[in-house]
Amino acid sequence: MTPVLEIDDLRITYRGSRGEVPAVRGISMSLEPGDTLGLAGESGCGKSTVAGAILRLLPRETQVTGRIVLDGDDVLTMSFGKLRAVRWAGASIVFQGAMHSLNPVHRIARQIAEPIVLHEGLSSDAAEKRAVELMAQVGLPAWRASSYPHQLSGGQRQRVMIAMALACSPQLIIADEATTALDVMIQAQVLALIKRLVAERNIALVMISHDLSVLADTCDRLAVMYAGKLVEDGPSHEVFAAARHPYAQALSAAFPTVGDPAERRNPHGLAGDPPDPSNLPTGCSFHPRCPVVRDDCASTSVELRRARDDWRAACLRVEEVA
Amino acid sequence: MSGDGTSAQSGRRSEERAQSSAEQTRSGARPDNMSDTRNGARTGTMNHDAKPLLSARDLAVRFNAPGGRVARAVDGVDIDLAPGEILALAGESGCGKTTLARTLLGLERPSEGTVAFGGSPLRYSTRALKAYRRAVQLVLQDPSGALNPRHTVYDAVAEGLRIHGIHDNERERVADALSRAGLRPPEKFFLTYPHELSGGQRQRVVIAGALVLEPQVIIADEPVASLDASVRGEILALLLRLRDELGLAAIVVTHDLGLAWNIADRIAVMYLGRIVEEGPVDRVLTEPRHPYTQALVSVLPNSPLPEPVVLTGEPPDATAVPGGCRFHPRCQVLAGGLAEQAGVDDECRRSDVALGTDHIACHYARTMSTATT
Repeated sequence: MTPVLEIDDLRITYRGSRGEVPAVRGISMSLEPGDTLGLAGESGCGKSTVAGAILRLLPRETQVTGRIVLDGDDVLTMSFGKLRAVRWAGASIVFQGAMHSLNPVHRIARQIAEPIVLHEGLSSDAAEKRAVELMAQVGLPAWRASSYPHQLSGGQRQRVMIAMALACSPQLIIADEATTALDVMIQAQVLALIKRLVAERNIALVMISHDLSVLADTCDRLAVMYAGKLVEDGPSHEVFAAARHPYAQALSAAFPTVGDPAERRNPHGLAGDPPDPSNLPTGCSFHPRCPVVRDDCASTSVELRRARDDWRAACLRVEEVA
Repeated sequence: MSGDGTSAQSGRRSEERAQSSAEQTRSGARPDNMSDTRNGARTGTMNHDAKPLLSARDLAVRFNAPGGRVARAVDGVDIDLAPGEILALAGESGCGKTTLARTLLGLERPSEGTVAFGGSPLRYSTRALKAYRRAVQLVLQDPSGALNPRHTVYDAVAEGLRIHGIHDNERERVADALSRAGLRPPEKFFLTYPHELSGGQRQRVVIAGALVLEPQVIIADEPVASLDASVRGEILALLLRLRDELGLAAIVVTHDLGLAWNIADRIAVMYLGRIVEEGPVDRVLTEPRHPYTQALVSVLPNSPLPEPVVLTGEPPDATAVPGGCRFHPRCQVLAGGLAEQAGVDDECRRSDVALGTDHIACHYARTMSTATT
């Protein structure tokens, strides 16, 4: 099968008043239809930058190298006209803050209909009819079609965003912290919805979050980023339960399993803070915080190593840790 | 509300704190009975014989909403906090947990009912509140918003001391609070500004600002919600350590049941202004009895419960609390016919239910437990 998305040695450097800041430092991944990938990491690790790069949404002066191939076409070199056609119809993004992504003065149905009018050339009446069908699919009642965003709850707004993302039947959906701001029960509703739609339509999904437990529950594969690089990539339940990279271990331990006696009154944290991307440590960039650091970690830069056929980790101790 | 509102709004400075409710308990709380409670807390069985440090009875807070409606944000809450205990106040947004916390702090005046500290009802004069807030400190969610960007760490921590007119050994007190909050060596942080610190360090500064007044209780509203995942555990470990070292009691307001599992002794689950279930964390989160708690626990990743129960819809807002049991329109036990089998479905729809001596506000659970005993 041809991949929906193929990323090859992606490197992204922001240029700002602080000089050049490398945000993504060589990432490769590939998704086929129906694949679900969870991309985990903390603020500043570059995960949202990767999402933005896939649809070329980054500031113009950002330096992007490598290759991003979406359904056979290279995103980084395609014409702007082609790019516009790919956004929404080829791949769409659901962002975290639905309130900021929706236009406050337009009714819901009209906003969902907008990409349909633009991409499929339907009349606005026909497109709004489609919008109401989409609303039903994401569990919004038809009478909400004439509501404004402020009249909806946070969970409902997030459903509107998902309906918009589905509007032009893309092959790839990127959900960037799409459920982070929601309450537990609403989050469970939205996650169940995303899971169902992705399976029904055989869409590829990249789900970005700092919450490994949510990703492990929703996605088949889990990739963990630290300081602009992938440090682990493998089957999600196994990575969540027994990560090979010490950072991925710490990140999964940060979300306790309720009911597990070992985690009762025993919160796990990681000393130190995520590194400043403009001033990265030498060698393995995790070594200053690593609980199992050894002498050569500070001097040896380490790439993803094979831990098993379907599982890689970027740690010198990958064989030992297993 | 501004971040330093708790302490800064108190107005005039005064050294006289005689007769305030806070002072009475401050001298009344003996270290020996405090350590008893702490041992009880650590083994997970709360010592209910210990006199509560902070308690609320029949508490109701109502707000006027547009259109002449009334929002019942807190609607009949009884709650106790024992010395040295960590209590989690859990629930979804809009359930009234933050309003309850603000009322326990004296930031909100109850429409009905009382808050008592050390057995004495809270008084709402400026002077009494000021003394109270020395003993009961607030830690806010977002440390970036709670710190004044133009104050150094030293000034941020010393502010409480200055407001309360404590001038002796200011430097040592600030240094001690910072190092207890895990910022060591403290002198290194004196002259730094919030923007030079990481999120975790900023939250430690906020906690140091609370500790410097040697409180008996801290009330923390989502203390780790805005922090990075790897830093979260460190701050939670700090709250546990403060309890063990200083006997500091805490109420932690959170939507995160994992946090409760990580640090709390007891948990109270709120729904639409009322506590629907309350008890030791080990019991409530592994064998929840209220259908709402059961649903919340069931949707956790790797839940201890077998089947996820995803409730449909959202909680109604506090201006439209349903009649009967307030949870009944969404209740899976009622919808699934179990309540009818037990013969309580009429009650669920018609009669309001409050937390009883069984610590659960549910007609069905109450009937089932009397049936089995």
